Amino acid sequence: MQDNQTILQIKNLDISFRTNAGVVHAIRGVNLDLQKGETVAIVGESGSGKSVTMKAAVGLLDSNATVNSGEILYTYEDRDGAQKTVNLLSLTKKQLRTEFNGQRLAMVFQDPMTSLDPTMTIGKQIMEGMLLHKKMSKEAAKARALELLKLVGITDAENRFRNYPHQLSGGMRQRVVIAIALSAEPDILICDEPTTALDVTIQAKILELIKDIQKKMNLSVIYITHDLGVVAKVADYVNVMYAGKIVEVGNVEEIFYEPVHPYTWGLLSAMPDLDTNDDRLYSIPGSPPNLLHEPQGDAFAARNPFALKIDKKAEPPMFQISRTHFAATWLLHPDAPDIDMPRELKERIERSRKEAAKYL
Amino acid sequence: MSEPLLKVEGLKQHFPVSRSYTVKAVNGVSFEIYPGETYGLVGESGSGKTTIGRSIIRLYNPTEGRITFNGREISGKMDNATRAMLRTDMQMIFQDPMASLNPRKKVGDIIGEGLDIHRRAGSEKEREALIGEMLHKVGLSPEHAARYPHQFSGGQRQRVGIARALIMQPKLIIADECISALDVSIQAQVVNLMKDIQEETQCAYLFIAHDLSMVKYISDRIGVLHLGYMVESGTKEEIFSNPVHPYTKSLISAIPHPNPIVEKRRTSITYDYATSGIDYAKGTEHCVGGTHNVLGTDAEVAAWTKENRREK
Repeated sequence: MQDNQTILQIKNLDISFRTNAGVVHAIRGVNLDLQKGETVAIVGESGSGKSVTMKAAVGLLDSNATVNSGEILYTYEDRDGAQKTVNLLSLTKKQLRTEFNGQRLAMVFQDPMTSLDPTMTIGKQIMEGMLLHKKMSKEAAKARALELLKLVGITDAENRFRNYPHQLSGGMRQRVVIAIALSAEPDILICDEPTTALDVTIQAKILELIKDIQKKMNLSVIYITHDLGVVAKVADYVNVMYAGKIVEVGNVEEIFYEPVHPYTWGLLSAMPDLDTNDDRLYSIPGSPPNLLHEPQGDAFAARNPFALKIDKKAEPPMFQISRTHFAATWLLHPDAPDIDMPRELKERIERSRKEAAKYL
Repeated sequence: MSEPLLKVEGLKQHFPVSRSYTVKAVNGVSFEIYPGETYGLVGESGSGKTTIGRSIIRLYNPTEGRITFNGREISGKMDNATRAMLRTDMQMIFQDPMASLNPRKKVGDIIGEGLDIHRRAGSEKEREALIGEMLHKVGLSPEHAARYPHQFSGGQRQRVGIARALIMQPKLIIADECISALDVSIQAQVVNLMKDIQEETQCAYLFIAHDLSMVKYISDRIGVLHLGYMVESGTKEEIFSNPVHPYTKSLISAIPHPNPIVEKRRTSITYDYATSGIDYAKGTEHCVGGTHNVLGTDAEVAAWTKENRREK
C-alpha cells in the first residue's frame, strides 16, 4: 500500500437549503483532504455545517438541499485492482447505494438507539450488509459477524448475537453500530459525533476501540465532533469549521499548540481545564450567525474581540503558515497589527507543552 | 460552618416495576449543602444522580431517609406552609430547554408563572417589572418577554430556564445537566452566568452533571455516585488531587485532555464493577482526611489509600 495517497478530496463544496424562511447557505466553499490510513477531524459548533459536508459525501442530503458547486473525489481500487477516481456528487442515489455506501464509505451516527432497527436482532443487522454487498453465504456472514462482535469488544458474542438493541447498554449499542459499519470492510469510516450520547468512561473506551481497529484495518477515519478533547485523542489533522467554512486547518499539534485563528483560540479557551483555577471560564460572546442572511465580510467578525476593520468588509483568504497549517483570518496579513492570542490561552498552552515534554 | 441549608440522610429511592422486581435507583445517600455553595453530583447515566435531584424537590416520594431543607423536614408528609416554602425556595433547571418550556406560552408568562401561582407580584405593573429585570439579569432584553420559546436559540432558552428558576429568589437551585445539551462555546456562557448570579444572590446550587471537568470548574464540593451509592465525596481539591475510590479514578482518567501529545500516549483506567470484587452494599463511609469520605469496607479503603501513597 502506498503512503500519502489521497483517498477523499472535497473541492470547493457549496451547498444551500431551501427553507420556508428563505435560502440557507449552509456550506460556503469547503476544501478537505483525507489520506489513506489517517484520521481527520472536523470541529465546530452545531449549525456550522460539519455534518452536512459529510452527508453530502454519502448522498444523505435532505431533499431541499442543492449542491451549487464543488466536487467530492473518491479514489479507490476496483475489483480488478485498477485505481479509479469518481466524483461522488455526480453519481445517482442508486449508484451510491449499490456501490459505495456501506461498502467503501461507512458511517457511524450519534445516537445508537435511533440508528439500529429495534425489531431486528443485532446479529441479523450486522449480517445484512454482508449478505447484500458481499453476496456472502449465510454461514460465512454469521461467522464474520461473530468475529466482528469480538473485534469491537463484545464478550459472549454467541449469546449477544440473538439480542435486540434494547437489551444492550448505550456503549454496547454503539459497538454494534461500529461492527455494522465495519462489516463490509470500508475504506473510509465517517463518525458523526460517535460518543456525544455516551458517558465519559464509555466514550474513552469507544475512541480507543476505533483507533485500534483503524490500525488493524488501515482505515481512514473522519470524525465530526465539537469536543476538542476527543480531537486531541484521535485526530492527525484538524479542520475547524465556522458558518459553513473551514477557518483553520493543520495537523493536531499545530492546532493545539500554535493556533492562529481567533475562533480556534475561543474554542480552546472555552474548554474547562483540569489544571486551571481561573474564576471565569472564557466564552465566545454571542451566538453563531444565521446563514439565512449572507454574512458580510468575515462571518466570525461580530463575535471576534480581535476583529479588524477589514473583517467587516471582506472575507479573509486562506493564509499559509506551514506546509500543513492554513488559516483564514486577516490577522495573518503582513499589514495586520501584531495581535497575539489571549494571555490565559498562552499560559495554558505553555503548561500543556511542559506536560507533553514528559511524554516525548 | 453555619447550619446546612439542605441535609440529606440515608436517602433511598426504589421504583417497583413488578411484584418481583424493584429498581433500586438510590441506595442510602447522605450529603449536606450549605448556603451559597455549589455541590456537584457526578456519575454515569443510571447512577441515580437525576433521581436524587428529583427526590429532593419532591417530584418523587422518597422510599426511605430524611431530607431537611431550611430547617424543616420535607421527606414525609408536608403541611401547607412547608410545601409553599419548598415550592418557592427550591427551584430546578432542567436539561433540555426546549422540552421544559411550554411552547404555547410566551416567555414572559413562563417566567412569571411562579409569581402568579404564589401571588408574589402585587400588580400587573410590578409583575412586568420583575420579569423584565429577570430577563435583563440573564442577559436577554425585556422585549423578549413577548416571544415564544421556539424563537430563541438553545443557549437563550436555557437562560429563560434560569430566569424562571431565579424569579422566586430561591435559596437552592437544582441544575440537572443544565448545560449538557448546549454547544461548547455556549456552555461557558451559561456557566459564567450561573456563577455571576450566585455571587449576586448567594443561592446554593446542586449541580448534576456527567462532565467532570465542568463540575470541577463550578463546584465547591463534589459527590461521586455509582449505581445509587455515593462512592466518594469531598471538596473538589480532595477529589481531584487524591482520588481514592477506583471508580472515581476511572472517571477522572476518562476525561480527554486538550493536549494531543499527552492524549495519544495515555490510555484511560478501566473500572468494571462486576469484576472488581467490590460490593457497595457492604461498604461503610470512611473518612480519609478532612471532609473526604470514601465508601468501602475497612480492608478495601486501607488497600486503596496504601496504593495512593505508594504512587506518590
